[in-house]
Amino acid sequence: MVGPVAVVSKRYGLADSHTLSGYLASGGFAGLRASLDMAPADVLEAVKASGLRGRGGAGFPTGVKWGFVPQDLGRPVYLVINADEGEPGTFKDRELMERDPFLVLEGMIIAARALSCHRSFIFLRGEYLWPGVRLEEAIAEAYAEGWLGKDIQGSGFDFDVTLHYAAGAYICGEETALLDALEGRRGQPRLRPPFPAVAGLYASPTVVNNVETIATVPCILEQGPDWFRSMGTEKSPGPKLFCVSGEVQRPGNYEWPLGTPARTIIEQSCGGMLPGRNLKFWAPGGSSTPLLTADHVDIAMDFDAIAEAGSLLGTGAMMMFSDRTSVVDAVLNWTKFYEHESCGKCTPCREGTFWLSQILQRIVNGEGHTEDLQTLDDICDNIFGRSFCALADGAVSPIKASLKYFREEYEHLIDHGVPHAGIEAHAGVVTRNSGSDRPRAGARA
Amino acid sequence: MFSAELRNKAEGLVGRYPEGRSALLPLLHLVQAQDGYISHDGITECARLLALTKAEVMAVATFYSMYKRAPMGRHLVSVCINFSCKVRGAQEVYDELSARLGVGHNQTTADGAITLEHAECLGNCEGAPVVTVDYFNYECLTPEEAVRLVGQLRDSARAAASGSAPVAVPPPTRGYPSPGIRDVEYRLAGLGPRHASEPGVIPDQTTADDAAVPTPAAGPGAASETVGTETPGGGGGAEERGPEGLEPESGAGKHDYGGASEQRDEPTQPPNPADAGDSDDRPVER
Repeated sequence: MVGPVAVVSKRYGLADSHTLSGYLASGGFAGLRASLDMAPADVLEAVKASGLRGRGGAGFPTGVKWGFVPQDLGRPVYLVINADEGEPGTFKDRELMERDPFLVLEGMIIAARALSCHRSFIFLRGEYLWPGVRLEEAIAEAYAEGWLGKDIQGSGFDFDVTLHYAAGAYICGEETALLDALEGRRGQPRLRPPFPAVAGLYASPTVVNNVETIATVPCILEQGPDWFRSMGTEKSPGPKLFCVSGEVQRPGNYEWPLGTPARTIIEQSCGGMLPGRNLKFWAPGGSSTPLLTADHVDIAMDFDAIAEAGSLLGTGAMMMFSDRTSVVDAVLNWTKFYEHESCGKCTPCREGTFWLSQILQRIVNGEGHTEDLQTLDDICDNIFGRSFCALADGAVSPIKASLKYFREEYEHLIDHGVPHAGIEAHAGVVTRNSGSDRPRAGARA
Repeated sequence: MFSAELRNKAEGLVGRYPEGRSALLPLLHLVQAQDGYISHDGITECARLLALTKAEVMAVATFYSMYKRAPMGRHLVSVCINFSCKVRGAQEVYDELSARLGVGHNQTTADGAITLEHAECLGNCEGAPVVTVDYFNYECLTPEEAVRLVGQLRDSARAAASGSAPVAVPPPTRGYPSPGIRDVEYRLAGLGPRHASEPGVIPDQTTADDAAVPTPAAGPGAASETVGTETPGGGGGAEERGPEGLEPESGAGKHDYGGASEQRDEPTQPPNPADAGDSDDRPVER
């Protein structure tokens, strides 16, 4: 059985991990140095060969995405890093940017050279102030010491990075809505085709990559695709940051190979559920991924195993909830989130999330009717796959899955007006944990 | 509307991007840095700087939840109420703060010290329940601790307003005690720290020197007179620029909690349709 790994998170325990001197002292920029000895096309091939899949939720093969960029359109190629981490339960990119901003920059420089790109933007959600400060400092140090700007380390390669704070909109995590926001517009998704690789930012070829994805690139160049593939599974190779939250003893970010069973992460990294609580329902990759039950806890955390179980790996944000928590409460909370965050562009999502919220609120208030469950199902079916972007699909995921696995909880609320005994309506218990600034050793229990 | 210093900064922001309109979100943060909310004057100023209509600017300003429609207090206190925080007590924290402060969502206390809001997932679920003060994170707060924190913020605000000895704001889990939402908005505008005493740096303002900058009307493959060879690199460069004349404002910390008074702007010419400017015709049609 493989244990946790420290690839992307290898510097998390170092006090000066976020400084250039700390980065260099701990082996930083080795991947970039290796890549500078390669032709750009070979760098791209290495990333393709590694099988790296996007870590932002969609899991699209990164090397394939890079390969879509045409070089002959006479337009500049842009690289945009999606640091808009807004999927509920997800906090892996935040800690990565705070603790190892240079790893993000190194990945960007390697990618840019493979793409013949000289200009890039980090689109950072506006609420991520401290990651922004850390990135500001790292970018300034990198420019000062010749790791960004003109003729990087004498390589002849020029590359600029602009940090761009956003302003609060979950939909901007969707790459085309992000591009609209970066262009100074309302963040609404775009029709595709054309895809961003051909016409993205300023109608120019653009690659949008998640923070964790780009931060995983340096190790591939440093240690090779075969080493990368020695972790994980054949179709889901490599390491992954899993952010675990909810009713566990030790919520936090934990790096394991893809394919690690969920139970292993929960028990070994998190110390299991909170005392006296048993796992009842959980989301494997953020609130947009269909809920799973305690019966699924031995599932391999990789893209394909979870898809086979009817859900999605998504961001790898594991949200764990117990038998003292009402599923309907969770579903209402998330549905209101999607209603709030809907960009309003398309009718099924804009209207549908409103109706779903209203019905769920009535049910939670004890004013539900039996017909409501069929109505919820029908509305979901009119939204899923029929909306302009995946936000709507994410909105219906909790509802459909909870109706499938926990219909009885809905029926109890409708029949009795209250959840059944043992459930705390808000599951509101404040417990101490050690927080995210605890020191991390290389191997975490 | 902007002070001369901020107008200079604003123009620098517009020049930072290959297409100036990209500066709109940063500029709206800059408006909040000066006025504590998206003021009418601020909208007018952004429209002028970017050759947009005020309606276009307002459309953008009203889309994003960090842009506020009414003046904020000295500090914005946000309580995450998404579900991973909720199961660890976030609702109790929010309800207690709301009751003690006597304000609800997006409302400001009468003394101008605190604006309270509930927020969607703030990306710090391992520290649930999470409260942020001007986007600095305070993890694992009980309702009592949250009330104590807010009390200290109010004491600090009162001291700053009355010019008496400063009262320290307790430090967040990560970062440094907030100098106030307006100064944080200055950084969110992409201008780095407002005061020399704050960590972080004023970022190198690379100029938008890319080749083949497409006009919005040009689609992929469309003929464009700006097609050119790719330059070896973007503009700006490795030389560090100095602070560009940024001096901490004297009396920094004395803010008008009431927010900028709205003035009617003088009538402006409607934008000339013959100007290229920016337009809503985008090559990637919805």
